[in-house]
Parts: sequence; structure tokens; C-alpha cells
Amino acid sequence: MSTITNAGAPTRADGTISLTELREQQPRFQGFVGGHRACVGCGQALAARLVTEAAGPDVAVANATGCLEVFSTAWPDSAWRVPWLHSLFENAGAIASGMEAAYKARGVSAKVLAFAGDGGTFDIGFQSLSGMIERNHNVLYVCYDNEAYMNTGIQRSSSTPHAAATTTSPAGRERLGKRHMKKDILQIVAAHHMPYAATASVAYPSDLRKKVRRAMEIEGTTFLLVHSPCPLGWRHDGAKSVEVARLAVTTGLVPIIELERGSLTGSMPIREPRPVVDYLRAQGRFEHLFVDTPAAREELEHIQALANYNMERYQLRGSGHDARDTAGADTVRRGGVRWA
Amino acid sequence: MRQALEGSQAIARAVALCRPDVVSAYPITPQTHIVENIAKLVADGELKCEYVSVESEHSAASVALGAAAAGARAYTASASQGILLMCEVLYDIAGLRIPMVLTCANRAVSAPLSIWNDHQDSMAVRDAGWIQIHCADNQEAVDTTIQAFRIAQDTDLPVMVCVDGFTLTHTLEPIELPTQQQVDDFLPPFVFARALDPRKPLSIGTMATPDWFTEARHSHHGAVLAAAEVIAAADADWQRITGRCGGGLLAVDGPDDARIGVVCMGSITGTLQDARAASPELPAARIIRLRSYRPFPAQALREACAGLDQVVVLERALAPGGVGIVGAEVRAALYGTPDAPRVQSVAAGLGGRDMPLTTYARLIALAQAEATTDFAILDVELDKLPEADRYAAAAMAGGQA
Amino acid sequence: MIEVRVHGRGGQGNVVAAYLLATAAIEHGWHALAFPAFGAERRGAPVAAFVRMAEQSFRRRDQIAHPDFLIVQDDALLHVPGILAGLKPGGGILINSRREASTLDLPLDGDVRVQSLPANELAMEHLGRPLPNAPLLAAFLLLSGALPVDALKQAYSGRFHGGTLDANLKLIDAAAQYVRAGAWQEGADAASA
Repeated sequence: MSTITNAGAPTRADGTISLTELREQQPRFQGFVGGHRACVGCGQALAARLVTEAAGPDVAVANATGCLEVFSTAWPDSAWRVPWLHSLFENAGAIASGMEAAYKARGVSAKVLAFAGDGGTFDIGFQSLSGMIERNHNVLYVCYDNEAYMNTGIQRSSSTPHAAATTTSPAGRERLGKRHMKKDILQIVAAHHMPYAATASVAYPSDLRKKVRRAMEIEGTTFLLVHSPCPLGWRHDGAKSVEVARLAVTTGLVPIIELERGSLTGSMPIREPRPVVDYLRAQGRFEHLFVDTPAAREELEHIQALANYNMERYQLRGSGHDARDTAGADTVRRGGVRWA
Repeated sequence: MRQALEGSQAIARAVALCRPDVVSAYPITPQTHIVENIAKLVADGELKCEYVSVESEHSAASVALGAAAAGARAYTASASQGILLMCEVLYDIAGLRIPMVLTCANRAVSAPLSIWNDHQDSMAVRDAGWIQIHCADNQEAVDTTIQAFRIAQDTDLPVMVCVDGFTLTHTLEPIELPTQQQVDDFLPPFVFARALDPRKPLSIGTMATPDWFTEARHSHHGAVLAAAEVIAAADADWQRITGRCGGGLLAVDGPDDARIGVVCMGSITGTLQDARAASPELPAARIIRLRSYRPFPAQALREACAGLDQVVVLERALAPGGVGIVGAEVRAALYGTPDAPRVQSVAAGLGGRDMPLTTYARLIALAQAEATTDFAILDVELDKLPEADRYAAAAMAGGQA
Repeated sequence: MIEVRVHGRGGQGNVVAAYLLATAAIEHGWHALAFPAFGAERRGAPVAAFVRMAEQSFRRRDQIAHPDFLIVQDDALLHVPGILAGLKPGGGILINSRREASTLDLPLDGDVRVQSLPANELAMEHLGRPLPNAPLLAAFLLLSGALPVDALKQAYSGRFHGGTLDANLKLIDAAAQYVRAGAWQEGADAASA
């Protein structure tokens, strides 16, 4: 379905409106447009659209190998309306560094964005990312975190959360999915004394946009970790991506925070914290935890403890009504259009 | 002005004369002095460029790639393990048709660990799709570095300037550095038509399905072949400006009536030339130095070998279990030509083993031998090895004896 | 063609000595190469560098197996195996040492000239640092008559500036008092022919 009904939007004779037309009417700049080959409900595609909209046209993108690169550009087509360069899997940080150095040398005023998935950020591309941050290139690095190597068919990465099943951390009689913890990349990145490192989620577009705009204004390296559901890898309905992403936040498993020069300067309070089982049960990658065995029960308790730890560490528990908390941010509307 | 300069220092000065926008640097022996010297020129304000000290050779190549794609004249240098760590980026740079220049201070590849000179590193990336030009001496290293920047931007291809590690990089010798005016006359400002520009958005590095990959490769292959003319033209133009030329695609030196030819690359050439002069009792061979290894100058080689009965190829790298790397290509180029000479191939000087003047006599002896050596290592000292490893020369030679 | 091997310890300016000598030859209008005995150099380790120079141009780049002369930057190196290897008959050895050459007890056979020079002490006096290159190279040029000492001064002028240059130029002059100019030239033509 490419159309929905919406009061106040231009309508056709049959009462429907064209989403495409509606998007075109929006004055907002779009750096990443439809027509690409992403799966239904792809969190990364949504995130990339939001990031490029907020970043505006004066940018150039260095894109690591991964789903985003593959589904957005099969020659001779491209979904990108900004200059875009894909080189390799592990060198987005270095490619972006080179682009930035070139613009600096040539006196071109354009912000360089680096896009990579969690494999290209937490694992294979970590070295070049660290080098880029250490040299403080004026680059906004965005990691679209879908918590596994999805492009190659759902293999575990160091971002895959504890107990999630992937094809290389499957659940079985002896194992309950991934045995290791998710790497705390944000703290590791922030330990470079960088000006700005933050998390965001596709479930909270206004917060995501705000953080992109914030990062764009900073001269120096900034880092944004965007939690991006993958319906294929997480095994949930593609229509539920935003819902699942929201549960990741409201359970406390994915804290939405900002770190400046390594110190916590902002966090999105959770108005009504949810138990982690609500998030886990929504995804097939955790289904092996919902059996009545001591190991599974212990695992669920462990994951709840991780969420509790986040709540304490980042002071995530909301205190009453707040426009910036998980409920407030969720109801922010743009022009009355709910999907903004 | 003629001055005494270390090879690395001279190369750094040549790079600076080309007004690079971005230089990425990572240390590795014997390349390090080049990027150190560039860093000093930047620190002293003699060169204005973005100097990016990266955390690996992989990133050194990547920074140069990104910089060139964003419209900058980009340079980096490396050697040995560094070239191998860069390997996938080197393929990517060439496949994306990114014009840039890299100096390879040729060095052996581990294991065993060796920091000394041979050509294994640049040979390992022979098929990456770069232009590869080998230099005979440091004057040519300077001249070729400058030419490389023009060749790169005239072909939209990356150029690897190969200079023998230590033998050239660490050797001080008299060098004529061109003036800034000479370089400016020769090398126009860098322009890259596909540069990443927010005013003209392009997608570079898109995925190619089987419907397109072959065509991309075809274009790339054709471009490398067509670069032969650009390489020759750049050398000729440089000669017009400075009076010096490197020899175009290949340099031929020796008597017209020679019956024996020696094919080689890099700095061994001078030693062979002096050895020939010092050995009047031996036949005077025609010494054919491949300056351009990629593109491989097959036609020029055929012409250079006209009238020869014997060709011996002196390899500086090894394809274990295969025949000589350059030898196979020379043999292929000459195959089927009328009165094609016999082609034999030997490796020598691996991992920095000194190649004395007597190397020449050994090559001549090989050419005069009745038995044919498809391939062997010329200067192996079998008595250092356990009995089991003293493979018979005949078995190593390919068995046509 | 004159071939020289310079022995020293890492950090003593071994390669610099070879570079300066070759630079002097190039300043003099000769062709010359200087190159280290390529290795992973560490401070204090025995190292060597080579100089090959000739009035006529040459192209060879092989290492120097049979030098005409040795310059030894540290007399403690004399007992390192191989340090005297390959020296041509009729050749000369210049050693940085406080001791008289005759007391150094070198395992030499045949016609080899040996000269010592207290280069460290000279350098301490003029430079304040034990960098023996300038007096050694000056003494070498005087003994061998290979190049005029002025060429060495030109080489130093291209590499050093200010006080360091002045001190080194003084050191070059000071070395002349310790050696007899042309001492190694007598009979050398016959020996090297």
C-alpha cells in the first residue's frame, strides 16, 4: 500500500492521498529518497532518511559497506540526493577523514557524514573510527545499530545484545543465544574526549533530528548511535518496527543519552518503564527465552537487571509529565502529520 | 640545481613541488623518511596541505581515497606489509577510478620478517588495477613522482611509483630538483570531474550487479592499457621542460647487435650496466628495463627484443610454486613473434640480498647455457640449508633440460 | 673510484658521516653515493654506512665489499668481528681514539695504514657533545687526499646552521693539527693499481 488517508492532506477522488505526493509537498530537504530496495519496516532506511533530512543539503556522505549501501545504490540507480561515496566495510572513518581534509584544503564548506552499521562501527571499522575521532575531523559519524550483521544474513556482532539468537549465536540445547554482552560503544567513543556523542532511536524522530542538528553545529567529530530495528534479523512484523524500537527505550535496555567530552549531559526520561519481557517477547530472536527452564528464567532476570542498571546509571526514571520524556517525545508532531 | 639528497628526502620535495592538498601518512621502514620529510616541510610552512597522520596503512590509503574523491590532489606512501594491509583499499581506489599517487618503497614481505628490498609488495598488488612505474635511480624517482600526478589526473587512475627500499630511499646521491616553475608548467591544477560536491551530488561506489560488473572491469582494463600513451607523453613533456626522461614505457640500453637481452626493473639496472662495462670479456647484453610494469608494455618489449636470441629476466619477487612473475609475462609477450628468443627467468636479490657486479656474469652464463631454466632463484646458497631443502636446480628450473 | 666504509654505533651519526662525505664529493663535482648497511638501527648497536665516490659518473648500487678505507667512529668497535673485513691491501683505517694507533693492537696483515684521532675529545671541546664526525671526516680527507677539505666545509654548510655549523667548521680546522696531509697517498697509487 502506498497510500493512506489523512485529514487535511491533499486527497484523491477516492478519498486517499498519495504518500509520495505528500512527501514532495513537504518543504523539508530530502537527502535520501524512496525507490530503494530496503525491506518492509527497515529501521535503518527510516533512520537514514531522518538523519539526512535534518542534516540538510550541505553534506557529503561516506557510507560503509552494508545493507544501507546495498539497498540504496544498485547501479545505475541511487536513492541519494547528496554526494555519496561508498568505499569498503571497515574504512568509513578514514574515508570521511579524507573527504573532510580535502574540503578543508580546498576551502569547501560542507559537513561530512559517515554512515555505518554496527558491524562497520563496533567491529571491523572500529580502528578507523577511533583514528578519525582522535584526529577530531569535522565529521558526524552515524552508526545505524541493528545489532547484527544483517546484510550477510544475521550474524552476531559485538553489538548484538546478550542472549539474542543469530545465525552465528543460535539458541540450542546448550546455548541461549549470544553469550557475550553488547559492547558499550558510546562510552568507548566518548572516552576519546570527543565533543558530542549521543544515542537516538528511530522511535523518537524529533529527538533524532534535534541531535543531528546539534551535531551539525559542532566543529569536530560527533557520534550518533541510532537504534534501528531490523524486522528480518529481530524477527518481528515489519509494521511493528517503531513499536519495537520504542519498547527498547521504554524498558531501559537502550538508554537515550548525550555525552559531551565524556560526561553525561542529557538523557530521555522514561515516563512509564516497561518490563524487558515486553520488548523481548515482541521479537523472535529472543523466543528461546520464553520456555519454562531455570536457565531461561535466569536469563530474563539478567536482562531485566541490565535494564535496571541503565535506569540507575543514566537516571532514566521519569518524574511526572515532561515534554522531553519517552511519552512526550513520542507525541511531538510536525504539521499535524503523525509519521514525521 | 644539482644537490646531494637522500632518496626519501628528494621524493618528499618532489611531492611538495606538486602542491598536494592532502597527504596521509603512516610509518613503515623503508618508507618512513618520505612522510617524515613531508611532515617537516609542512611544519616549516614550506608546504601547505592537510597532513593526516593515520592509525594504519589501511586508513592511509582510505584517507587518500576519500580526499581525492572530494576533489583533492592526494598522496601517500608505504611498503611491504603496509601495501598488503592496504590491498583491498588499493583495489577499491583503482576500481573507483580515483586519481592519486602512492610511493611504494619496495620491500620484501613477511615471513620471515625482512625489512629489506625486493619487489614482492608491489607485485602482490599487481592486479589491483593501478599504474605501476619502477624507477632506476633517485633522479628518476623525483621525475616520475611529478609525472605520476599528471598521469593520474589524465587517466583517472591511481599511480604507484615503485622505488627500491633502502637501495634508493636511503641512498644519498646527486639529484637535480626541478624548479617550482618547471613543475607548474608541467602539472596543471588538480581537477577531478567526479568530485563529491554538494552542488552536484553524485553517488560513487555503488553496487554493480552481474549485469554491470563486467563492463566496469572492461572499462578499467582499457583505461590501464590506454595509460601507456599518457605515460610516454608525460615523460616526453617532462623531457621538453627539464631535458631528462625516464625512458617512457621501457628503457633500452646496449648494442643494436646484441644477441642476449636482460630484462629487469628498478635500481639493479645501474649495477648491471656498470658490470657490463667492467666485463669486456663477456658478451654485451641489451639491458631492457621495464619502467611501466602496469600497463605492461608488451608491444614496446617485442620491439626492444628484436634480434635477440636469448632473454634472461631478472625477477625481484617470487611466486612460490609458479614460474617467474615477470618472466611469464615476458614469455607471453614474445610468444609467437618471428624468431622469438628463448626466455629464461631467475629471481635474485630477495629480501635485500646484495646483487654484486658478478650478477651480470651469472645472467650471461645462463643465457649461454644449453639447458633452459624456466625459473630458478639465482643467488641461493644451498649449503646453508638442510639436505632436504637442497632441491636440485634442474627440478627447480622447470625440467626442460 | 674511492670506496669507504664507516663504522659506528647507532646514534653516533654514522649515516650522517657517510652522507656528509658523499655530499662533499658531490659539492666537489664528483658523483657519489652514500648508503647505510641497511638494518634496523638501534641506539648503541654497531652500524655501518658506505660511501662510493668517483670523478666519473657510475651507476652501480651494490654494497661495498672491499673498501679502500675504513672510518671507525669508536675504538671499542675494533674487536667486533668483521669490522676490518674486505679492506683492500694498501688501504687505510682512521680510528676515533685517544690511544696511539700502534697501541690499538689490530689484527692486521699486509700493507694497511692506521691512524688514530681523539675526535671525541676535540668535539667535546668545540661542540660540547661527543660527535666525532667533523674531525674524523676532515682528517680522512687530509690523509687520503681524496677531496679538498673545503668541499667538506661546503657539505657542513648545507646541513647545519648557526652555532653548530661554526663549531663544526672549527673542528674541521682543528683536525689538521693531528694528521699529516697526504700521509696515505704515498705509495697508495701503486697499492690500489
